[in-house]
Amino acid sequence: MALPSPSRLVFGGLVATAFTLMLAPVVTVMVISVFRQEIVSFPPSGFTLRWYLNAWDRQEFARGFISSLQVASLATLIGVPLGTAAALALVRSGMRGGAAISTLLLGPLAVPGVVAGTALYMFYLRAEFWLDRDITSTLQGLVAAHVLLTIPWTVRLVTASLQGMDRAAEEAAANLGARPFTVFRRVTLPAMRPGIIAACLFSFIQSFENLELSLLLVGPGRTTLPVAMLNYLEFRVDPTLAAVATVQILLVAVLLLVTDRFVSIARTV
Amino acid sequence: MGSLVLDALGKRYGSSVAVERVDLDVRQGEMVALLGPSGCGKTTTLRMVAGFVEPTAGRVLIGGGDVTRAPPHARDTGMVFQSYALFPHMSVGANVAFGLEMRRIGRAEREQRVREVLRLVRLEGLEDRLPRQLSGGQQQRVALARALVVNPAVFLLDEPLSNLDAKLRGEVRMEIRALQQRLGLTTLIVTHDQEEALTMADRLVVMERGRVRQVGSAEDLYERPADPFVAGFVGRCNLLDGRLETPGRFRTASGALLPCGAPEGAGGDAVLALRPEHVRVAPAADGPGRLVAVTYLGPQTEYHLDLAGTRLLAVQPTPGAADPMRRLSPGDAVSISWDAAAARLLPAAQPDKEPDA
Repeated sequence: MALPSPSRLVFGGLVATAFTLMLAPVVTVMVISVFRQEIVSFPPSGFTLRWYLNAWDRQEFARGFISSLQVASLATLIGVPLGTAAALALVRSGMRGGAAISTLLLGPLAVPGVVAGTALYMFYLRAEFWLDRDITSTLQGLVAAHVLLTIPWTVRLVTASLQGMDRAAEEAAANLGARPFTVFRRVTLPAMRPGIIAACLFSFIQSFENLELSLLLVGPGRTTLPVAMLNYLEFRVDPTLAAVATVQILLVAVLLLVTDRFVSIARTV
Repeated sequence: MGSLVLDALGKRYGSSVAVERVDLDVRQGEMVALLGPSGCGKTTTLRMVAGFVEPTAGRVLIGGGDVTRAPPHARDTGMVFQSYALFPHMSVGANVAFGLEMRRIGRAEREQRVREVLRLVRLEGLEDRLPRQLSGGQQQRVALARALVVNPAVFLLDEPLSNLDAKLRGEVRMEIRALQQRLGLTTLIVTHDQEEALTMADRLVVMERGRVRQVGSAEDLYERPADPFVAGFVGRCNLLDGRLETPGRFRTASGALLPCGAPEGAGGDAVLALRPEHVRVAPAADGPGRLVAVTYLGPQTEYHLDLAGTRLLAVQPTPGAADPMRRLSPGDAVSISWDAAAARLLPAAQPDKEPDA
């Protein structure tokens, strides 16, 4: 067998380095979550699962998990249809200023989360004053903010799947007797499907793990998981957080794997 | 099944004209080709028949009924798209059944008709494949089957062969034509390939810049072209600018006086059209012409000639090995002749004087 050429070795090395850099933090968190000692140090004095029990016992994480799940689901459910409609309009109508609107919709990606969160907080306070009702610490307020996170992803992903489709297929359907709505349902929607599924996934994850935007907007008793973790960190530093993070990482991994069974993510994104 | 009538059909986009005014009567069971270079309006015309482009003038009648304002789904046409436009997420069977489904035809009959039409295009047994699992030729036949299965009154083909390789193209051409004749389909085909049009269609419509130049059979267009554009587009042709000096005598722009088949009339700018196969060449030391280049093409040989400053192309059967023609080489003097009747006088190409608005 011939030895691999130097360029192949260099390439292989770069790939290995990239993967190490990306995966090291994840693996570290997972390893730390089973260290026995409270203050993280090396080498471990032993291994235990008690931090997982501790996380389970502390209500704020379980509640935070439920809240996050609730907020992420609602934000996805509202944001993805909105983003899909926007993508359709942008790609199909050829309207004036489409490029500007498209940039605007991608805006939330460019603005730092803390800035956006603070701006929203101030805006909500104003709105509360005008409307004379609570917004800042309500579920609605938080979900509305998270919808902003879901829209850029949805617009990007659905636009990509629409641009990749052969519009003649829609004409063919019309030619065969399909009315406009049937054309949409039977031809256009299936073409957008991979984009929409990927958009749901990314939207959900974006919302689920968001800390900065949520920080000022969560109300008492409605703390999301990332905020609950930050709160915990203010008082103690022990591997409980690593245990919670591990559970979160596994959840996202499962979501990705399940989605990949329906649409090949590598092909869509 | 039915006839197709285009009545003064036109399309403008703002001030630019895509299709000027097309009058065409396609009889039941006839196949008509719209032929022309890209941008001539042939595809726009086809799309107006299918209902994807709304005409700005004129009418479209299918089977005698006016469908000018009808949406595509309400027109009884079956179209084969250049890209085939198969539904990528549906199986071959579902693609073909789509039109029947839209017509609310029961499952049993649907399945039977799909089977029959797939047998017709020789794709039986491939019902469950996805389009991307098929070759280009097979995809093309699925597109044909999908359009045929609904028995459309008018069959529309938009450059159906342009995505096939040359060898397959010839085969499919014959297949489509045979199918069209067997089923008696009223058919409109759009193509920029003159060979395709000549071999498939009963009649051809030559279009250029939104206008119909000539309508006729292959023989009409080749032997009796109406203008220099048609003469040059359908087959190869020597087109010489000049004018008729006296009956039967044509003076080229470069000054040569040539015999032509115009019995009467004189003066006025004109174009002399002379098919290369009608030009005879012979070695002659004192001949008026000069050989510029010879191209050997197997059964035929092309001679590029210069006749007193005028370039001419002659195509002759390749002479036998002993023939003195075989020894001709560039620079040699030759005699050039043709039957006066073979040289047709056509009206000079009119520069587009009419304003576009």
